[in-house]
Formats: sequence, C-alpha cells, structure tokens
Amino acid sequence: MSIATALPTAVTGHPPVDPSSLRDKVAIRNLEFYYGQSKALKGITLPLYENKVTAFIGPSGCGKSTLLRVLNRMYDLYPNQHAEGQVQFDGINIVEPGLDLNLLRARIGMVFQKPTPFPMSIYENIAFGIRLYEKLSKRDLDQRVEQSLRRAALWDEVKDKLNANGLSLSGGQQQRLCIARTVAVRPEVILFDEPCSALDPISTAKIEELIFELKEDYTIVIVTHNMQQAARVSDYTAFMYLGELVEFGPTDKIFTSPTDRRTQDYITGRFG
Amino acid sequence: MDLAIYNSRRRRNVVATAASYGATGVGLAGLAMILIVLFWEGFSGLSLAVFTEMTPPPGSAGGLLNAIVGSILMTVIAIAIGTPIGMLAGTYLAEYGRHDKVSSVVRFINDILLSAPSIVVGLFIYEVMVVPMGHFSGIAGAVALSVIVIPVVVRTTEDMLMLVPNTLREAAASIGLPRSLMIRHIAYRAARSGIITGILLAVARISGETAPLLFTALNNQFYSHNLNAPMSSLPVVIFQFALSPYEDWQKLAWTGALIITISVLALSIIARALTGTRKAS
Repeated sequence: MSIATALPTAVTGHPPVDPSSLRDKVAIRNLEFYYGQSKALKGITLPLYENKVTAFIGPSGCGKSTLLRVLNRMYDLYPNQHAEGQVQFDGINIVEPGLDLNLLRARIGMVFQKPTPFPMSIYENIAFGIRLYEKLSKRDLDQRVEQSLRRAALWDEVKDKLNANGLSLSGGQQQRLCIARTVAVRPEVILFDEPCSALDPISTAKIEELIFELKEDYTIVIVTHNMQQAARVSDYTAFMYLGELVEFGPTDKIFTSPTDRRTQDYITGRFG
Repeated sequence: MDLAIYNSRRRRNVVATAASYGATGVGLAGLAMILIVLFWEGFSGLSLAVFTEMTPPPGSAGGLLNAIVGSILMTVIAIAIGTPIGMLAGTYLAEYGRHDKVSSVVRFINDILLSAPSIVVGLFIYEVMVVPMGHFSGIAGAVALSVIVIPVVVRTTEDMLMLVPNTLREAAASIGLPRSLMIRHIAYRAARSGIITGILLAVARISGETAPLLFTALNNQFYSHNLNAPMSSLPVVIFQFALSPYEDWQKLAWTGALIITISVLALSIIARALTGTRKAS
C-alpha cells in the first residue's frame, strides 16, 4: 500500500508526477514527539521516497530538525525525549524500543549543521567508520577511503595530505569530509541537518551539487532554513509549522502553487 | 552630555585599577620572597652527595637519596592506583551518568574529598591499613597519596570530557559507533591533553604532601625500597629536619624543598606545554 492514501488532502490533491515509479524508503505515520511533557511533533504522516531528495522547511522551532533526528533515533542520546507512532523502514518500526541503534545509524547516516570531523587524520576519519562493520585488507580499505573522498568531491584537495589532521581543513572541506565519512559506511538514507548554514556560498554550491549527485544511490532528507536551497536541491518538500506537517508534495508544486495559505505565506516571506 | 558622570566613573576606574595592581603586587611579592629564600638557601646545599648518600645523623655529612627514592616510589604507585580509578569515575560522570541522580551525589562527595584536609586522609589510611598491618609501610603511604589523587583526576577527567562538544558525540553515533568506542577513540582523544594535565597536577599536589605520610609511611633513615616497611620521603624529611636544632639538617631540608619545587615547576611547565599544543591545533 502506498502511503499516499493516508495523506491529508493537501498531498493527495497533488499526486506525484509518476507515482508508480516511487517507492517509500521510509514511511512516517502518525508520529508524535515529546521533549519531556511538551509535544514537539503532532501526528506527522509523510513518505520519504527512495532515491529522491526530500526537504523539510519551516520557521525556527517548527519541528523539522526534531523530525530528522527521529529518523536515526539521535534523540536517544538524551534523557526525557521520546517518540510515539510509526516510522517504517524496511519492515521495522524504528521508534519501537529494543532496536539496535548502532545498526540503524549505520544504515541511516547523518551530516550535521556544523562540520564535525573526528580528532584524527583525514584518512582515519573515513577508515574509522568502515572498520566498525567491515574487515578489509589495507588495499581495499585504501580504495574505499579514496572512493568515499571522491564521492564527496574532496579527493583532489586532500590526496597528498591524508595524514593531516581533519581539523586542519577549511569549513567547507570539513563538511565534505563529514559527507565522505557518512558515505563510507554505505548507508541507505542520508540525513542532512542544515548542512550549509555554517558555510560560504562557494562551499554551499559544492555541497548542493553533491547532494544532487548522491541521490542516485541514496535516499536523502535535508532540513534547511534556506528556501532557495530547498527549491534547488529537493524533489519533494514538506512544509512544517508549529509541530505539524502543513503540506507535502513535489517541490515545484509547493513553491509555485501551494494549497495551504500558511505555506504560501511562508514561501513568499510573509512570516518565518 | 553630562561629563560629571563620565568623570566620576573614570576616577573610580583609576582607584579600582590601582587596587587590582596592588593586590597582584602583594601576592607576587610573597611568592618571590619564598622563591628567592628557597633558591638562596637550597642551592648552596645542592651537591652530588644529596643524590647519592642517605640522610645523616646530626653532625655528619649525608644526602637525601633514601627520601628521594621513597618519594618517587610512593608517588608513582599513588598515581598508578589513583589514575585508573579517577579516570573511570570521571568518565562515568561525564558520559554515562551525566543526568543521573547518583552522579550528582558522587560529584558532591568528590568535591568534599577534593578539599578534605590531607591529615584526615592520613588518619583514615592509618586506621584501615597501618593498624591491621601492625606497622608503618611505604604501601600505606602510597595508598594515602592515591586517595588524594583520585578526586583531582575525577574532577579534571569529567571537566575535560564535558568540554568535548555534544556534536562530536552525535557525529560518532551517526555512523553507528557504540558509545564505548566513541569514548575511547573520540572523547578521550579530544580531551587527552586536558586529562594528562590533570594527572600531572595531581602529581604536583601529592609530591609536597606531608600529613598523610606521617601516619602511614612514617620515615626511614636508611635506603629502602621495601613497600612493606616504613619508607622515607622528601616532605617528611623536610618536616623533621627543618624543625631540628641542627644546622646541617636544616640545610638539607632547604635543599629537599628546592628539589620538590623544581620538580613541581618542571611538571607545571610540561602541563602548560601540553595544553598549549591543544590550543594551537
């Protein structure tokens, strides 16, 4: 069953161009999220299509980062946060207790707002994650590291200094190193949490180009404050407001003829 | 614009700045006086014999070898006992039990231990080790010192791990890294120089401790590295010789004090250098 039948009218009113070619990689149904007693997400129902880029947009505090952090259970690192409802990923509900979170996170990777290289060499930054789940020979490992760095469009800039500390790179390079590190583990889904908000325009353009290329192999979700960015990189857009999903649909539709008044107000810059 | 308000603020600023300089000057003058007298009195007694001969009876020549060896031995053992316990406890507080009720209790008790008078530590070890063993011993001295090391290391380990940004923990989790590996390979690495500095500061702290050793290792006028027997140490020898009426003993006490001061100074410089490299990277 496609999740589209369970969606609010705003979504079913604008079906995707060719629904038959879309497969739900992740299906979120009636998701609620709590920080202690306060409810941060209210009945979110949303599909994340395979090999597509889905953008979450909305004003600060609308719950878009919270939603992203549910998808790899990042909230589990902190006390007093919990989710209810369903997030189906490969036949399992990932918000259920008892799930092996390390395995989940190896399959659903994440790139953060601020670049977060590990305090080790460029090479080790990549190899570290690979060694967690695979035993490779030195040659295969070298190859995987190169492949990952190439995938993140960083290889040419760092190939002569793989032993340099990851922290010695520029901000944009560090962010691409983090993308390479995420890709190296071979996840199926990559979550981007405002990946460009700390970067200059040139680095931002590189990252956006990268996201566009990565969707061939991965399902991508990106949270962004920058509406132009959402319009440039995403295939589908979800507009969130005050913890609710207001509207979800193909990006060009959301940006040219939104159904909901609030979506229209937000994308035309009337609030947010 | 009313310049009166501005001018009165300027005047108060001059007074406050002068008071700050004055207070700094008083503090520094005291320190300088101590160091000058120490170097003056200590250097004249410094000779090879200090490092090769035993503490002498009054009136004859000798050195501080037994005290130096005893101090080094007990300090090393105290650090070897205290560092793992302190680091593991600090790791628990910062990584596993950060939000637990137990942690706030442990933190509170650790703070009390951190500022407990060291003579209490000496008496405690006297009761639990010296009395059951029936005699003073080097190992009791080392354990007493380790009780002083533990809270220092717990505190610095926790503080340094707390400085590791949560974003780094999240990044580690995001590639499926279990928490134990995250701590070992990422948090410790990021906090390494700070934790080492804490251990060196603990060494500096115990190398001058006298009270806990008086009730535990006591003293020994002969060379001994037998941990099951009373053991000499620099602070205790200084305490004994400085209070004595014999001039040659007093001279040796000055020299011993100089040796401790220089060692601690060297450790502080190493500690400073290590934190310095962290800031530079």
